Amino acid sequence: MDAFLQFVFSGLTVGAVYALVALGFTIIYNASDVVNFAQGEFVMLGGMITWFAHDAGLPLWAAALIAIALTSLVGVALNKLAIEPARGAPVISIIIITIGASILIQGAAQLVFDKQIHRYPAFSGDAPIEVMGATILPQSIWVILGALAVFVALWLFFTRTLMGKAVLATANNRLAAQLVGIDTGGIMTLSFALSAAIGALAGVLVTPITLVSYDVGVALALKGFAGAMLGGMGNPKGALVGGLVLGLLEALTAGYLSSQYKDAVAFIVILGVLFVMPQGLFGKTAAERV
Amino acid sequence: MSKWIQLAILAALIAILPVFFPSGYYYRIGALVFVNGIAVLGLVILIGFAGQISLGHAGFAGIGAYACALAPEQFGLHPALALLLGAVLSAGIAALIGRPILRLKGYYLAVATLGFGILVAMTIQNERALTGGPDGMAVEELGLRDLLRDLGWRVSGGEFWYGVCGIALLIGAWIALNLRDSPTGRAMRALHGSEIASRTLGIDVARQKLVAFVISAVFASVSGSLLALQNRYITPDVAGFMHSIELVTMAVLGGAGSVMGGIFGAAILTLLPQVLTVLADYEQVVLGVIMVTVMIFMPQGLLPSIARRLRRTRK
Repeated sequence: MDAFLQFVFSGLTVGAVYALVALGFTIIYNASDVVNFAQGEFVMLGGMITWFAHDAGLPLWAAALIAIALTSLVGVALNKLAIEPARGAPVISIIIITIGASILIQGAAQLVFDKQIHRYPAFSGDAPIEVMGATILPQSIWVILGALAVFVALWLFFTRTLMGKAVLATANNRLAAQLVGIDTGGIMTLSFALSAAIGALAGVLVTPITLVSYDVGVALALKGFAGAMLGGMGNPKGALVGGLVLGLLEALTAGYLSSQYKDAVAFIVILGVLFVMPQGLFGKTAAERV
Repeated sequence: MSKWIQLAILAALIAILPVFFPSGYYYRIGALVFVNGIAVLGLVILIGFAGQISLGHAGFAGIGAYACALAPEQFGLHPALALLLGAVLSAGIAALIGRPILRLKGYYLAVATLGFGILVAMTIQNERALTGGPDGMAVEELGLRDLLRDLGWRVSGGEFWYGVCGIALLIGAWIALNLRDSPTGRAMRALHGSEIASRTLGIDVARQKLVAFVISAVFASVSGSLLALQNRYITPDVAGFMHSIELVTMAVLGGAGSVMGGIFGAAILTLLPQVLTVLADYEQVVLGVIMVTVMIFMPQGLLPSIARRLRRTRK
């Protein structure tokens, strides 16, 4: 039982990061029908910039804020330079564009920062907290609470604010949204900034546990993408649940079956779910327009 | 351009280029272009003709490569037969998983194929006792070169594989060009345009997608096998996610809708890293910029866009 709880804790921590990446995917997908494979790079930038700012002498909170702000700018630039000009391109072109952007950001990070692995201190110390015979790091609690907070904030944003509803309207029908006076260009910018900020936040929170280097983004993007698809693309609830389930599956597989095949189980489950429910767990079945 | 002219141009290029090679090393690069080109031809059929995405085709390349590495070692099979075995195995697996996977569309199809590729790569990486894990394993010599030598024809390893892979690429291009205008190829391209319209015309959409998937899997498998046989060594990278992405990028960058475009893309992206090594640290940045800009400004891919521009200026 203790062991089980231990696996659950580590699964929730990793899952919360996947969920944050998946939420970032969801926001951009909702606004533009684009799956942004450079999403993992936002997480990397969040961790890297925080480390460098902290290393330069800034307090950790200031470094984190700078990292989130700068990463948002990168997100906006990505939209303006690569996504907007290619609007309406087929899915495969979008995939290649965003993977190209991901390679580009990685390459730039190598040049601007370095190729080393970095870590900064945890926010509330490293002393493990004991819970019913298992232990959890204070930083893990930060990560899990961070994911939940972001989810609740997004939920409020999309259901309770005019701006949030404008984003949903833009996603639903861009032209119609424009006709009722919504600044759809501004909504796109906002979506990319928000998504990048959430990715950066994930990086800020998780770096004390998993460390950061210029090349951590790709794996995170794949897992976040898988989590988002598992939950059903475009649904924030699906992203949260999909990410957490993916993390738990990995941790439990690593604990009880084989640590080498932990990623395998995740993908087998995803394949299984998609075969039975081609739209993911929470996805709506879309009618195809002829 | 007619099929035969295209094939003739390709054959002429393969035959003439070695004249300009300053050293034997270039034969190896050429052979690598051809090997990638074969896998890309499969993706041209899958993506360009049938309009289906795969982010996991390196998985089939991995199956082909490790068939050539394992079958001779484990069962004493001749490497040439191992290539066939790999192709049959890939076709079988593609047929098996293709049916459920190809029901998915767009990004869902992308994540499912991605999952398949990762599963193959992970299996190869983790079954250390069999595959040597991440360190890779040695591959037996094909033995054909010794045969040629006994017949009195001495060729270097580089020249030999340049020739073999060049011929394989020509055969692949011939198959792809034939397929394009066959009833099957027309059906594939029709369902690419609109699944519903082609269904009302009596096309068995699920079947045509599956055919495209199986054919492209065989192309990828043969490409992996040839890579393993010429390098005499293979690592799990051949099945990795990045290799899948490379192949798709080659196909789409060159022009997924056209056979020659795919080969052109394979050549560009295989040669690019060789050229970019001069840039050292800037290599990744430049590669990323090229991928993004080509896709934005030439969504049809390099070769079709260039061809259209030439045609326009002629008018």
